[in-house]
Amino acid sequence: MRFGVVQFPGSNCDQDVVRALQYLGYRADFLWHQETSVVGFDAIVLPGGFSYGDYLRCGAISRFSPIMESVVEEAGHGLPVIGICNGFQVLCEAGLLPGALVRNKGLKFICKSVPLRVEESVCQWLDLAPGTVVDVPVAHNEGSYYADETTLAELEATGRVVVRYCRPDGTVVPGETAPNGSLHDIAGICNEAGNVFGLMPHPERVTDGVNGSRVGSAFFTAIAKRVGASA
Amino acid sequence: MPDDKASIPAMKVTNAADLANENDPAPVGMPELLDPEKAPKIAQDLGLTLDEYEMVCTCQGRVPSLTELTIYSLMWSEHCGYKHSKNELKKFPTEGACVMQGPGENAGVIGLGDGWALSFKAESHNHPSAIEPYQGAATGVGGIVRDIFAMGARPVASLNSLRFGSLAKPRQRYLLDGAVAGIGGYGNCLGVPTVGGEIYFDDCYEGNCLIDVMCLGLMRVEDLQTGAGAGVGNHLVLFGSTTGRDGIGGASTLASQEFDEAAENKRPAVQVGDPFEEKLLVEVCLELLHRGLFVALGDLGAAGISSAASEMASSGGVGLDIEVDRVPQREPEMTPAEIMASESQERMLAVVTPENLAEVQATCARWGVLCTVIGEVTDTRRFVIRQHGEIVADIPAAKLADDAPRYSPAYERPAYLDELQGFDPASLEHPSAREGLERAFLELMAEPNIASKRWIYEQYDYQVQDGTAVLPGEADAAVLRVGMPGRGPVSSIGVAVSTDCNSRYCHVDPSEGAKIALIEGARNVACTGATPTAITNCLNFGNPDKPEVFYVFREAIEGLAEACREMGTPVTGGNVSLYNESFGQAIWPTPMVGMVGTMPDYRVHATMGFEHEGDIIVLLGETADELGASQYLATCHGVTGGRPPKVDFELEHGVEAATIRLIREGYAKSAHDCSEGGLAVALAECCIAGGHGCMVTLDDELSPVASLFSETQSRVILTVSPDDADVVADILDEAGIAYDGIGRVRGHNVTVLDESGTVYLDVPVERAADLYDHSIERLLAGEHAGTSGADGVIENDPADDGAAL
Repeated sequence: MRFGVVQFPGSNCDQDVVRALQYLGYRADFLWHQETSVVGFDAIVLPGGFSYGDYLRCGAISRFSPIMESVVEEAGHGLPVIGICNGFQVLCEAGLLPGALVRNKGLKFICKSVPLRVEESVCQWLDLAPGTVVDVPVAHNEGSYYADETTLAELEATGRVVVRYCRPDGTVVPGETAPNGSLHDIAGICNEAGNVFGLMPHPERVTDGVNGSRVGSAFFTAIAKRVGASA
Repeated sequence: MPDDKASIPAMKVTNAADLANENDPAPVGMPELLDPEKAPKIAQDLGLTLDEYEMVCTCQGRVPSLTELTIYSLMWSEHCGYKHSKNELKKFPTEGACVMQGPGENAGVIGLGDGWALSFKAESHNHPSAIEPYQGAATGVGGIVRDIFAMGARPVASLNSLRFGSLAKPRQRYLLDGAVAGIGGYGNCLGVPTVGGEIYFDDCYEGNCLIDVMCLGLMRVEDLQTGAGAGVGNHLVLFGSTTGRDGIGGASTLASQEFDEAAENKRPAVQVGDPFEEKLLVEVCLELLHRGLFVALGDLGAAGISSAASEMASSGGVGLDIEVDRVPQREPEMTPAEIMASESQERMLAVVTPENLAEVQATCARWGVLCTVIGEVTDTRRFVIRQHGEIVADIPAAKLADDAPRYSPAYERPAYLDELQGFDPASLEHPSAREGLERAFLELMAEPNIASKRWIYEQYDYQVQDGTAVLPGEADAAVLRVGMPGRGPVSSIGVAVSTDCNSRYCHVDPSEGAKIALIEGARNVACTGATPTAITNCLNFGNPDKPEVFYVFREAIEGLAEACREMGTPVTGGNVSLYNESFGQAIWPTPMVGMVGTMPDYRVHATMGFEHEGDIIVLLGETADELGASQYLATCHGVTGGRPPKVDFELEHGVEAATIRLIREGYAKSAHDCSEGGLAVALAECCIAGGHGCMVTLDDELSPVASLFSETQSRVILTVSPDDADVVADILDEAGIAYDGIGRVRGHNVTVLDESGTVYLDVPVERAADLYDHSIERLLAGEHAGTSGADGVIENDPADDGAAL
C-alpha cells in the first residue's frame, strides 16, 4: 500500500499525515505539487494547511498546480483520494466534490475536538459502522460547508454525506451541532463512486496516540484493506 | 557598581573611553557627510541623545553620513542595544550542563538527549500591538519564529503571554480580539501550534498592552547554526520578501519610547506580516541548512539588514560590503538609509560560498522564494554600504553591535512600595459563613484572570505538526513529544513548557514577585512530570530613566536571578522591553518567565483533572495566611496590597521533586498547582477538567478566607488511588515535605468543610464550570460575567470524607 501525500506550498499537515500513515504500517511518500503524475500510487492524500496562504480563496490556486490534473484524471478512474481540511477545500475547487467551504459562522478560527457521527454512505474510506460517534479535532477558519438545495438533496439521497457534526450522544441538531455553521451539519462528503472523500476534521491527529486517542486510524485503514484485497 | 548607593548620576556612559582607539580598522572610503550644524538635530529626530551623537562622531572619527547615523540610531536604540539593561542582565546565571547556546545568539539552545536539542526564546511586541493589534501580534510571532529557525531548529510550538486593561472597556476588547486573531492568523497559517500561554487583565496595561511571544524549535544537535559571518569572498544572500518602507524606525522610535497622544501617528512604523512567505522561508532555510549550504544564517528583525548584517560581521570578526541597489525593493526611490532600516517581514540573511550559490538559488526557485546576493564578506572589519557604486556608509562593524552606549541609571526605592506592603489584609471585613464564601468563590471563578482561556486557545491551532501530547486546558503546562518525521530517530523524550508572571506580586514586591514567577513556572512543568530545565524571559518595565522604575527593574532582575540559581534553571536568552508607559504611567513590572522542562517519556505525564471517583486528594505543602496581593483581595475587595506569598526554595524543591517522582512512578493520577484564587479555585479547576466533584476537609486552623483563597506558594494538589495510599505516604515521608490527605474525588459538587463539619463551600461543579468556561466570552460580548448568591445544596455526606493519608 503506497500513499502519495501532496505538498503544496503552504501545506502544513503533510508531515503529520505521513507520520500517521507510517505509524499504521503503510508506505507514504511526498508528492511535490509541480509533479505531473500520480501513477504508481494506490491512494492520494491532499493534506491540511494553507496552500498558497489561502490567498484569493482557500484551495483556489492549488487546484491549478500541475499535480492536480493527474489527481482529477486518476480519481475519475477510481483512484482513492482523500482531502483533509485544506485538502477538502482543494477538492471542491477542483470540481471533484460539489459545494464549497465558506467562513465559519462566528468568523473565528476554531480548534477543538468535536464528535462526528458516521453516516450510511457509499464512501470507501471509512472503517466505521454507520451510527458510530468518534471525537476528531477540527482546526479551520473556512470550514462551513455550503451547497445549493438541489446539491444537498442529491448528496443526502445518494449516500454521499459521510460524517456529520453531532452531540456526544450522536444526535444531530440542525443549525447547532456544527461548530462552523455547515449546512446539514456536514463534516465530510464523498463523490458518487465513493473513492473521493473530503472532510474538515483531522483524523491524522488522532491516529498514533500522541494525545491519547487513535480513533483516526479508521479513516485510513479501510482504503488500505480494499486496495490490498484488489491487488 | 556599588549596590548600596542610589546616588550614581543618571545616564553615565560606562564605555566612552573605549570608543576610538588605534586598533580600529582603517576606513575603506569617504561617504558624503552630513552638515555638522544640522546633524545633531537629525540625530535627535532619529532617537539619539546629543551625547550619543558625540559618541557616533568619536566612533567614526568624523561627522557621520545620513546612512551611518541612521544605522547607529537603530543599533544603539534600547531595543537593539540594551543600553540600560545590559549591566543588569549579567546577573543572570546562564550556564548549566544542558546549555548548548546561552544568550548572545538569536536564541538559546539546550540539549535534550538522544541527539536532540531544543532552541527557545521569548520576545515582546508590545508597542506595535498597542497601535495595531492584529499585525503587531502577528509579526511578533513571525519574528520569534525566525529567531528559532535561524539557530537551525524547526519551530514546533509557540506560547504567548498577554496583558490588557479591563475587558469592561471597549478598546481593551478590541485589542484582545485583534491580538488573538493576529497570533492565530499567523501561527495557524505557518503551521506552528500555539500550545499555551497566559493572560491577565489589569488597568495598568490599559494604555500599554503586553504581547510576549515564545517559540520553541527542535533540531538534531549537529544542526546548530551560527550567525557569525566568515570566509572572505563569500556571498551575503538575502532571502524572502522584498524590502519596503514598512516598519522604518520600529526599533528606535516605537519600541524604545513611551506612548503619548502621537502614538497613533506611528501606525506606519508597524510592519505587516505574510505567514505564507514565512512558511516557505522556514522550509527553504531548513532544507539548505540540513544540506550544509550555509556558512552563517541570521534573521532580519528589528533594524532589518542593519542589525542582521552588522551582527554577522561583528561576531565573525569580518567586514561586509553591501550594495543596496541589489536589494529587491517594493517601492521606487528608496534611500540607502531606508533600505538598511526597513523592517519588512519574512526576510533572512545568510553567508554562502561561491561554490554553493547555484544550488542555493535552485532550491529557492523550487520553493518560490526570492534569493539575492546583496554583498560580500571582506577582511576589512568595516561595514560598508554602497549605492550606485558610491560609498554611503563606512562603519567599524564592532562599534554597532558591541559598542552601544551602556548606562547605569540612577535608582531609588519608590515610596509606594512601603505603602503597598504596609497594607494588612486583616483590616478588611471578610466573609466567614458559607453564603459569603460561596459568593467570593464564584466571583473568583468568573474573574477573567482565573477563568478558562478557552475562548482564546480555541482560535489557535494547538495540534498542527501532531506533536502536542498535552493540550491547552488539560494541565499546568503544555507537553510536546520530541521528534520530527524523517529527521533523526524516534524518541520518547518530552518537553513541558509554561509561561508565567503574576505582576500583582511584582508590583507590591518586585524581587519576591519575580522569584514567584520563576518557581511557579517550575512548579507548572513539574505538575506534568517534567524536570524544570532552563528559562527564557521577557522583561517588561517602564521608563528606565525614572529612578523608581529602574529600582524596580534591578530588584526584579536580582530576584529572578536568585531564583534561577536556587532552582538550577539557567537563562538561555530573552528580551527586555522598556518604556512600557502611557501618559507617564508605567505598567506593573512584568518579568515573564518562559520555563522549559524535560521528561524521559512524554507518555508518562499528569494532567489536572480529577478523573476517578474515590481517589484520595493530597495537598503537598501547607497553606499559610497569605492573602497579600491575592486575586481574592483584588476581585472581592478591589484592593492590591500587602506582601506577596513567601518563597521557600527548599520546600519548593521538595514539593516539585515529590510531584515528579509520583507522576513518573505512576502513583499521581492528576496534579495541579495552587496559584491565583488559592486552594478553592485549584480544586474547582481539577473538578471541572475531570468532570467529577470533590469532598475536602481543611484543618489548617486558618480563617475560612485564608484556608480557601490564600495564595501560599509550593503547594500541589495530587490525586492517588486508595490502593496506593500507603506507598505514596512512604514516598512523601521520605521526601520530608509537609503533606495532607484532604479529601476524596466524589460526587458532582465542589464541597469544602472545616474540621468540625462546617460547610465553607458546596457548589455544583456545573455551576462553577459555567462561570469559569464562559466568563471571557461573556465579557467580550459586553455582558457581565454574572455571579449570583449561593444556592447549592450539600450533596456529599460530610461525615464520610474518608481521606486515608
